[in-house]
Order: sequence, then structure tokens, then C-alpha cells
Amino acid sequence: MSEVYLEILRPGINTTAQDCGRKHLYHIGITVSGAMDLRNHMLANALVTNKTEEASIEFAYQGPLLKLKNGMINFAITGDVAFNIVRKNSMVEEGKCYQNYILESDDQLDIISTKKSVYGYLSVSGGFKFEKTWNSFSVNTKANVGPNNGKKYSIGEKIFIKSYENLKIKERKINYINPVNNLIRVLKGTNFNYFSNDSQNKFFKDEYLITNLTDRMGMRLKGSILENIKSTNIKSEGLIKGVVQVPADGNPIILLNDHGTIGGYPKIGVVISADLDRVAQLPPGTSIKFKEVTLVEAENLFKNYLSETNKYLNAIN
Amino acid sequence: MIKNISNLGDAAIYCDFGTEVNETINSEVIKYFNYLSDVTEERKIEGITNLTPSYNKLIISFDLGITNYSNIKKKIENLKIEDSKKQSSKKVKIPVCCDDKYGLDFKRLSEKLSLPKEEILKLYLDKEYFCYMTGFIAGMPFLGDLDQNIRCDRLETPRVKVSKGSVGITEQFANIYTFESPGGWNIIGSTPKKIFKKENINDPVLIKPGDKVIFYEITNEEYLNWNE
Repeated sequence: MSEVYLEILRPGINTTAQDCGRKHLYHIGITVSGAMDLRNHMLANALVTNKTEEASIEFAYQGPLLKLKNGMINFAITGDVAFNIVRKNSMVEEGKCYQNYILESDDQLDIISTKKSVYGYLSVSGGFKFEKTWNSFSVNTKANVGPNNGKKYSIGEKIFIKSYENLKIKERKINYINPVNNLIRVLKGTNFNYFSNDSQNKFFKDEYLITNLTDRMGMRLKGSILENIKSTNIKSEGLIKGVVQVPADGNPIILLNDHGTIGGYPKIGVVISADLDRVAQLPPGTSIKFKEVTLVEAENLFKNYLSETNKYLNAIN
Repeated sequence: MIKNISNLGDAAIYCDFGTEVNETINSEVIKYFNYLSDVTEERKIEGITNLTPSYNKLIISFDLGITNYSNIKKKIENLKIEDSKKQSSKKVKIPVCCDDKYGLDFKRLSEKLSLPKEEILKLYLDKEYFCYMTGFIAGMPFLGDLDQNIRCDRLETPRVKVSKGSVGITEQFANIYTFESPGGWNIIGSTPKKIFKKENINDPVLIKPGDKVIFYEITNEEYLNWNE
């Protein structure tokens, strides 16, 4: 029997395999990667009865156009995404996020675009036929690690799907509305006192614009220049996702999943874990504001984030 | 010794070993790192997801769903650091071709340092380096210390692309670009040797923190015919 696969008729802008990320390799320069919006990645898997650790296909802005070959799949898409299912008889069905659909051989899935957000996720029952590298399915395009030789998908490539024999596929859906909120909560960074009092105040008071220089590595912001009164370089040291670093030009950068593992710019703040999914989904052109919280508040907000994620996961199961 | 422990965000702990960059402080960082790697592998401390040693800091990332800052901090403070079971510093020899087509910045360096290329090269090759840390991009080693006479700032405008294999110097350090990457180091040559091999699943990185490195010069012919 021939293998079931999705053929890529249009790759989209940034289509990669992702999962919950790669751990324990920062010390050799391998960053975390993984889904930029972890909750939506997990929900996509849950909607097709996969474990949350299974790989999903992440896309940004314009998504891929895919044609199914040699079989049937049960899939779901999450995020704030416009997509159509084009049946082989040319009938077009408008798709809805957060529910599962059956796709048959020679049907096409046209993921048109994300709407007021950046990333969306596609999962299929049984999962994609990928090999793990260092215990993760995530693509790291910098080191060419992960499925598809660690690269974005291009036209003509195939995404193979594991055989899945469960024909009693039930309808599964949830009502989920992606939180839209431009207030980003942060903890003070380890170099907060490198900045003038005036700049410290501005960082928490003024609006910052997300520029086009934004990708899976990080998000460059523009707004009030943050004046460094101590040193615009520190001795290079470890970085983590969410760090807000400020190079000599005074414009902050929020580090995201594919960030370099070490760097030498002062850290003015760190985005709290509870807000990381939300930050990644803010498109260029959005104005954001930073709000300081305490460590205890951040920890409690993360508990709320987790219990809300679990609430939705349980609503599916 | 750790001088100060603080939080870096809500899911990482920042261990400060001092402000200087020298082998003594860095060796302490590496000792902690090696020991904590064992501890993490043996699951003696739950929830650690990453350890990032650098010149004089160690960052411990953790899963906030499993543990938290005060938990990990307490455990780090009570650790009795022992030598790691697998700690073994090794010596690595790296071939490098410094012909002008690879050594892009000799002209700039000669002017800034008032030294001819031959002299820069001699001082650069005549030394055993110590690997302080590995990272930024996969497998990139940060090696020190360069001879006082060949220390130079970064390029004013970093290159958008530095090709894979390029060997650079800046301030007191030497490095190797393991992948094509943007970068501002002064490029003095290129190595054909593979520093990062993802095929080596259990040991993908050739030069690790604590290792010693010696560079030796090869001809362009040897470079082009390099076979691994």
C-alpha cells in the first residue's frame, strides 16, 4: 500500500514541523525551538486525539496549500486562521478552527492566512511520520536540525503521515477565543539598573511598536529610546526565551523560540511565562505596553495559564 | 564560588560567579555545570530543562509547571559540588587556512594593530587556547586568551553573512563560525574541519567548555582536499 502524505502545492511563508521544544542543549548552542504558541499546538493535537507532545505543522501569516494522497486523514487547525477545504469534486468548504475534519485522497487543504495573529497549527490523527532529533520533532533552521532536514517546507515536498486505523472518528470541537491583549507583563531583567531612571520609567509607561524585523528568533521593537548609562555590552552570557534585551541603539528586542543561546546585550526585562504564547501571536504593526509584575504574581499567573490550558484540553477529551 | 543568585524571569535562575573573564572563574562555572548535568540526568533535582554556562555566569532554566525559583535556589545553595563523573578536558587541533581569500580582515587588523600579517598570524598560532563556552549558534566555541598584541574590537558594522568555517578574533577571544551566520568578528581564516556534527547524536560538538584548542596552519590545497 502506498504511504499517505500531504503534497505541498504552496509552502506558505514559514511552514515548519514543531512540538513542545528541545531541552538540555543550550550549553552547546542548540536553542529551544518548538511551537511559538504552545497552547494552540497542544489544542490542535488534542482535537485529533494525539498526545500534546506529537508534532504539529506550524505556519505563519500565509499558510500552505496541501493535497492529500493515498488515504484519509482526520485533522484540526488551531489559531486565528482562515482556511478552506477544496474537495476533489471542486466543492469548497469554509473551515473553522478548533474542530476536526476528514480529508480524503486528492482533497486539498488551503490554509489561506492567519487573521489578527501570526501563527497557526495543523495536526492529524496518529501524527506525522517524523523522526525525533534530541528528543524533539522541532525544526531548528539555524542548525538544520529536525524534520525536513531542519528546513522550512518548499513547494513539491511531501509530509508523510503515520497510518491511523481508527475509523470511528468522533466530532470534537471547543469554543476557544484567542486572547488579544497588548499588555505584556515582565519581570525586571538582570541589567535593569544599566538604564537611566527616565528610561526605566519610559519602558513601563510608553508604547512600543512591533516592527517588521520580527521572526521566530525575536521581535524588534521601536519606541522611546532606552538610554544605557552603564555599558551597552555585557560579557556574553546565557539567554532564555522572553528576555527583553537592549542593544546600543536603545531599541528593545524580545527573544523568542529560535534565539541565540548566548549574547552580550543588557537585559532590561523578561516576559513572564504566562504571556509568551500571546506575545508570539502579536503581528508587526501592533503597539504593546510592558507592565511590571513581581515574581510571585508571575508564578500565580502561570498557574492560571496552565489551569486554563488544562480546562480546554479536558473539554476536548 | 557563586557570588550571587537571582531570578532571570520566572523560569530561570541566574548564578553570578563574578565580573572578570578568566580561566579560574570560568573553571568554577564549568565545574558547577558538569556537576549539575549529572544531577539533572539522575533526576536528583526535578524540573531543570537547560543549563547555560558562560564566561562567569551559569543560567539554570526550569519548567515552571514542575518547580519554581525558590525551590531550585534552595537546592543550588545546598549543593555540595563534586567533580563530574564524565568531566574530561581534551586537547583539539584545528587546521586553519589563512590565505587572503579566507582571512578577510588582515588588512584592517594590520592597520589597527600596526603589525604585519605574518606577525599577527605567528602570535595567533603560537598559543594553546581554553574553551570558555560554546553557543550562540550550535557548537560555536569561545576561546581565550589571545596574545595582548593582537586584541582588537569587533567590526563597526557586522557582516550580514559570515561563511561556515570562518575563524575570527575579537578582544581577548578567538572563535569558529560553525554555521553561516551574521557576525562582527575579525575574520583571519577558515577551517575545513567539522566542529558540529548532528550525525554524532551523543556527542555532536567537537569543542566543549574546558577543552584546550591549538590552531595550525594548512595550505589552500590541503584545505580544499580536506577529507573527514
